[in-house]
Amino acid sequence: MSAATNETAVTIPDGWARRYAGLVRHGFGLLGSVLLTFLGLTCVTFIIGRVIPIDPVTAIVGEKATRSTYERVFKELSLDRPVYEQYWIYLKKILHGDFGNSLLTAHPVLSDLLHFFPATVELSLLSLIFGVCLGIPLGVTAATHNGRWPDQIVRFGSLLGYSMPVFWLGLVGLLVFYAKLGWVEGPGRIDVAFDDIVPTVTGMITIDSLLAGEDEVFWNAIGHLILPASILGYLSLAYVARMTRSFMLTQLRQEYVLATLAKGLSPFRVVWIHALGNVWVQLVTVIALTFGSLLEGAVLTETVFAWPGLGLYMKNSLFSADLNAVVGGTMLIGVVYIVLNMLSDVIYTLVDPRARARK
Amino acid sequence: MSASPLRTGAPTGWRGWLLEPAPASRGQARLGRWYRAWLGFRRNGPAMTGLIIVAALVLVAIFAPVFANHDLAFTQVLEDRLQDFSWLHPFGTDELGRDIYARVVFGSRVTLTIVGLVSVIVLPVGLAIGLPAGYFGGWIDSVLMRITDIFLAFPRLVLALAFAAALGPGIENAVIAISLTAWPPYARLARAETMTRRHAEFIEAAQLQGASSFRILLTQIMPLCLPSVIIRLTLDMAGIILTAAGLGFLGLGAQPPLPEWGAMVSTGRAVLLDQWWVATIPGTAIFIVSLGFNLLGDGLRDISEARSG
Repeated sequence: MSAATNETAVTIPDGWARRYAGLVRHGFGLLGSVLLTFLGLTCVTFIIGRVIPIDPVTAIVGEKATRSTYERVFKELSLDRPVYEQYWIYLKKILHGDFGNSLLTAHPVLSDLLHFFPATVELSLLSLIFGVCLGIPLGVTAATHNGRWPDQIVRFGSLLGYSMPVFWLGLVGLLVFYAKLGWVEGPGRIDVAFDDIVPTVTGMITIDSLLAGEDEVFWNAIGHLILPASILGYLSLAYVARMTRSFMLTQLRQEYVLATLAKGLSPFRVVWIHALGNVWVQLVTVIALTFGSLLEGAVLTETVFAWPGLGLYMKNSLFSADLNAVVGGTMLIGVVYIVLNMLSDVIYTLVDPRARARK
Repeated sequence: MSASPLRTGAPTGWRGWLLEPAPASRGQARLGRWYRAWLGFRRNGPAMTGLIIVAALVLVAIFAPVFANHDLAFTQVLEDRLQDFSWLHPFGTDELGRDIYARVVFGSRVTLTIVGLVSVIVLPVGLAIGLPAGYFGGWIDSVLMRITDIFLAFPRLVLALAFAAALGPGIENAVIAISLTAWPPYARLARAETMTRRHAEFIEAAQLQGASSFRILLTQIMPLCLPSVIIRLTLDMAGIILTAAGLGFLGLGAQPPLPEWGAMVSTGRAVLLDQWWVATIPGTAIFIVSLGFNLLGDGLRDISEARSG
């Protein structure tokens, strides 16, 4: 091991070796914390699925099951073993992608999740695009007009955004834009007439219909998507604009801003290229977190808009006491959360030399 | 005690006593500090609006029977179902003929109960994890903060949903589920505040006098952490209310016939297109209250930042 490091130290310049070693060490640290968090996630879902319910067997077989069925399921869940052994078995199953079967759909939970997840991703991605494309310029404008009316409007608008119950906003939106004005399509992902026309490739109807060249289906899908996506997008906009504003305020107070202005660069260039350029790194983290919270908001929005995604699937499973499905959905969203956090950390390290030096 | 004769228009009476530059007692100094903070707070319009909304919520919840008729909120009058606005029913009636105004008024009790219980659980848990982590450092810190990070890495509503699903629907379980997901930021905050004070001289003085770690944490460090933790809690209240309402909307919060605002929105969905008020009025109540907490929290944070910065 030491010989290898000596060799690299000889062949590449010293600065590189140090930088490289720092990155590798940071990478291992990150991987370790990701694995730990994942273990924690499995622990919590294990507790939710197996430990809290007083009788998980009855939850699956129902109260009228015969003695032998009950005992078979009892064995299948390995409830006759000690808890730590149960957890080990549970962990092995999860790593093999086995979340058990859903009671509601009778399919394996994993295939259900893969079926419903693209709809949620489609909705949250479009919302995120809304939020980022509008939120960042608004946040920057608020920062450059600190204390004056554009700032007041942006601050008030984002305050409204994170004070609003998303399900209520969804209902009001449906009432106004669908029922009264008729500007958008109603609940669901697509009109019944267009069901099953386009072959499933990505699971996102808008992309699939474009791939199949079905314009009419595409526009219908957009009509259904636009309202829930704007409503979720408004919530992410509120958060993104607020964070952008506060990051930008810190940057604009720095001396380099004064220096670049004194050198004669246009204020536009200084704000949008130099100052915003330094903020991007922090914004990556915010955007990753926003995407995570969008998945969360999706549970409520999907319920309101009858959007057949992960959220609606989890909600329906809740009411048929289908814990396998609920736990599976929680796992999936949790894993997406962890991966997003990790990605933002990686990007942070790659983009910002100061973050590398500190680690 | 006499006000300075040089400053014309200097406050006299109890205000002068509060603003005295050289307070005679510790109590006077403390009250004076609070009074100055209040004077700053009073100038902050949005924060005052928030305070008024929150105070109104508390008053309405306590004196609910004064503001609305208990019977109208709970008795089902099926021949009066889904009525429009009228003098008797200012916000109409719901699908079981109950007065929506009265139910919104009594629903404030449910909301306040949830918020109160969550704070009562979350504050001690956050402090109990954060204070030792920051004070002792080392492996205790590592272990406690790893646990905190794991909980922090979860999406809040989804985790609360899963807990509520496993525990069964109900207001107590909703409170437990929300608390389980809400404590980590407080642990982080308490740890950070503790670390900045761990090596202060008054802590060393207490250590030299033989005070136990527990005693130092409880009497020296905790009181200094409390203000920032409480401000954070006020800012979080809106989120807690929205999560609780979300759980209620999904049917996992307070169960009927309890008037929970989120659940009321949910029942109004069925008649949204014809009787829009059934779903929108309780939703407006959620919105106003969460806005109030956000405004109040922002204002409190502004004050604390102005003081420290």
